[in-house]
Amino acid sequence: MNIGDTSQGAAARLAVEGEMTIYRAAELKPALLDAVRAHDAPELDLANVTEFDCAGLQLLLMARREAARLGRRLALVAPSPAVLEACLLLGVDLDGETA
Amino acid sequence: MSINIDQVTYTFIAESRELLEQMESALLAVARDGMDAVNAIFRAAHTIKGSAGMFGLDPVVEFTHVAESVLDKVRDGAIPVGDELVALLLGCRDHIGALVDAVESGTLDTDADLAQAGAPLVAALQGYLGGGAGHAAAAPAAVAGADAGAAAGMGHWHISLRFGADVLRNGMDPLSFIRYLGQMGTITGVVTLADDLPEADAFDPESCYLGFEIGFDSDADKAAIDGVFDFVRDDCVIRILPPENRVAGYLAWLDEAPATRERLGEMLVRCGSVTAHELDQALAAQAAARATGVPAAPIGAILVEQGAVRAPVVEAALAKQKQAPDTPRPQQESRSVRVDADKLDRLINLVGELIIAGAGANLVARRTQIPELLECTSTLSSLVEEVRDSALQLRMVKIGATFNRFQRVVHDVARELGKDIRLDVSGEDAELDKTVVEKIGDPLTHLVRNAMDHGIEPADVRTARGKPAQGTVALNAYHDSGSIVIEVSDDGGGLKRERILAKAVERGLVEPGRTLSDKEIFNLIFEPGFSTAEQVTNLSGRGVGMDVVKRNIVALRGSVDIASTEGVGTTVTVRLPLTLAIINGFQVGIGKSVFVIPMDMVEECIEFHEQPGCDWVDLRGQPLPFVRLRERFGIDGGAARRRSVVVVRYGGRKAGLVVDQLLGEFQTVIKPLGKVFAGARFLSGSSILGNGEVALILDMAALLAGVETESQAAVA
Repeated sequence: MNIGDTSQGAAARLAVEGEMTIYRAAELKPALLDAVRAHDAPELDLANVTEFDCAGLQLLLMARREAARLGRRLALVAPSPAVLEACLLLGVDLDGETA
Repeated sequence: MSINIDQVTYTFIAESRELLEQMESALLAVARDGMDAVNAIFRAAHTIKGSAGMFGLDPVVEFTHVAESVLDKVRDGAIPVGDELVALLLGCRDHIGALVDAVESGTLDTDADLAQAGAPLVAALQGYLGGGAGHAAAAPAAVAGADAGAAAGMGHWHISLRFGADVLRNGMDPLSFIRYLGQMGTITGVVTLADDLPEADAFDPESCYLGFEIGFDSDADKAAIDGVFDFVRDDCVIRILPPENRVAGYLAWLDEAPATRERLGEMLVRCGSVTAHELDQALAAQAAARATGVPAAPIGAILVEQGAVRAPVVEAALAKQKQAPDTPRPQQESRSVRVDADKLDRLINLVGELIIAGAGANLVARRTQIPELLECTSTLSSLVEEVRDSALQLRMVKIGATFNRFQRVVHDVARELGKDIRLDVSGEDAELDKTVVEKIGDPLTHLVRNAMDHGIEPADVRTARGKPAQGTVALNAYHDSGSIVIEVSDDGGGLKRERILAKAVERGLVEPGRTLSDKEIFNLIFEPGFSTAEQVTNLSGRGVGMDVVKRNIVALRGSVDIASTEGVGTTVTVRLPLTLAIINGFQVGIGKSVFVIPMDMVEECIEFHEQPGCDWVDLRGQPLPFVRLRERFGIDGGAARRRSVVVVRYGGRKAGLVVDQLLGEFQTVIKPLGKVFAGARFLSGSSILGNGEVALILDMAALLAGVETESQAAVA
């Protein structure tokens, strides 16, 4: 393991832009998993997510669970209004574990 | 993306139309079925509103909402159902139909006329809503009052959803259902269940693994809440726990899933559906019962003993729970597929081409006489025949749907005429080609209107004649030798033979003093420009009509007949081919021409012996009139040495056709005749033979009608 890499915050941060919905779910899954698996402290930047549905939510939950399995914590950074609204409605806590 | 949306919208449109149809039949059955019908109407309106809401079709939602509010009051008994209201609601149903049409054509938001058309209906509906508002509002509050913990006027529901894997792929987002639910009340809390999420590698990003527990405050009833999920019903396990027996329901549910009970309990509390105190108490009671050695009594029973819940409520709740999750719905949806009619038409055209090409191959095989090739083509032919039959079968629809539309026609026309008329429908299961169904609607409408307008007498005349005051118009359908027969009958005054004859003479249609059979006289009403109605009404009697009906039916290669008894009633019999596309044909040759007789009409073939001056042959002791096709079509050349008679039957009549050669049975793809031949009598279409030549299909109705009049003229 190359410890030096983990301190390079920018490299560990993956920004999702545009839709995070069923239409892009297949494309996003490998990207999210790569981000989670490649870094010790993965971060997901959600500031530019314009649309967010249950498929998007599942992806987040899956990525977070995978991180937990690897003993890491996936940080969700700056969620956009679309993400916040959905998570609020569905009672999903963006910072903690799922119910 | 847009493809998916379109598909879902299409589903919405198709389902709305089905619901509107149900709504219409329920409206027409209100007088008979009472409350059941009212409930059905309400459900239909409500579901349309719900689905429209999910698609953001505000004009539909707004309009339907007003209608629904009125219906809700009708359900409560606050508004009596009368003829006026039924007529108004039928109008509303039509307007919703128009709105749905606008959704399909994409003009919903731009069509100002449509919005205006709705305004008077809304005003009329508001008239019903004006009074009795207080009464209606009080009813749900009384129900909710039974639930101690509930906010005033609101019931606290708990909804549990487990979505199936395909929901997302089917274009539904569980989120939008929950959002929509939010419009019907207040969501007090949601817990998202992600327990079923598989490991990262097994995770299919397009499958849905989520479930939701929802606490929900609303004064809507269970059917209304349930209706929100109509679109995902097959893809989702839905459990709705009503306010009245909430705690008992939860506990029964917890009992069903002991492994997860702790977590479920926790979630219920988190959703605000049960207070922690309530849950602890009930669980403690259950535990206590177990501890005392009583064989684990169902918690519901305990609650009843404690007087906490009324017994029937628990039973109902338990029964519901047993039904809802344990028996996943049979996958009815997946067993039928909606297919674009155009695609079917294309398939049938292709099958037609296949048959023609196959006939060509057959011909070559027979000419070359290669045994292997002959064998192949014969196998091929039988397969093609099966393909043809199943392809045609795809387009067969039951006539019932068409018949049921007439309930509305009869209702409206009866109102307009001020007569009390009932429609009896039978034979709804008879099937016929979709293209025929589409074209038969107008002629049938005309016949039904005619029967109501001219056939059924006013009530006072009916009672004077000793008939029931309510008139009856009946539609019946059945299959008969390759045709479908549709009968429109009424128990009215019947046709007046003398008056028809007098009119016909006056119009110069019949020479005075000529003797005509009843049948011939009755059929005169199908002549252009013939109408005997003494009084021209709004509906019929302008002399256009029956001749148009006949022309339309003849254009479909069908025929129409009329039978009537004065004072008792009239029956119009329409006979149509089952399909307009491909038939089994019997080919016959005259000189070099080939003609096709629909196989279903061929009874037998016998040898022809010329007897000079004799217009009939002896068929086992029975005289059989015949037509010489060579003469009928003016084909040059002398008669062949050996001729045959093809005995055909059509609509109860039998006749012989004299031909030179019998060529045998072939599949025949019917091609319409060009416009040039529109005036050609005795021909109903053409077909292309295997060798590329054209064969003409004989119009049996016209040919046999000719035989009958001639032979009768001869007798007279």
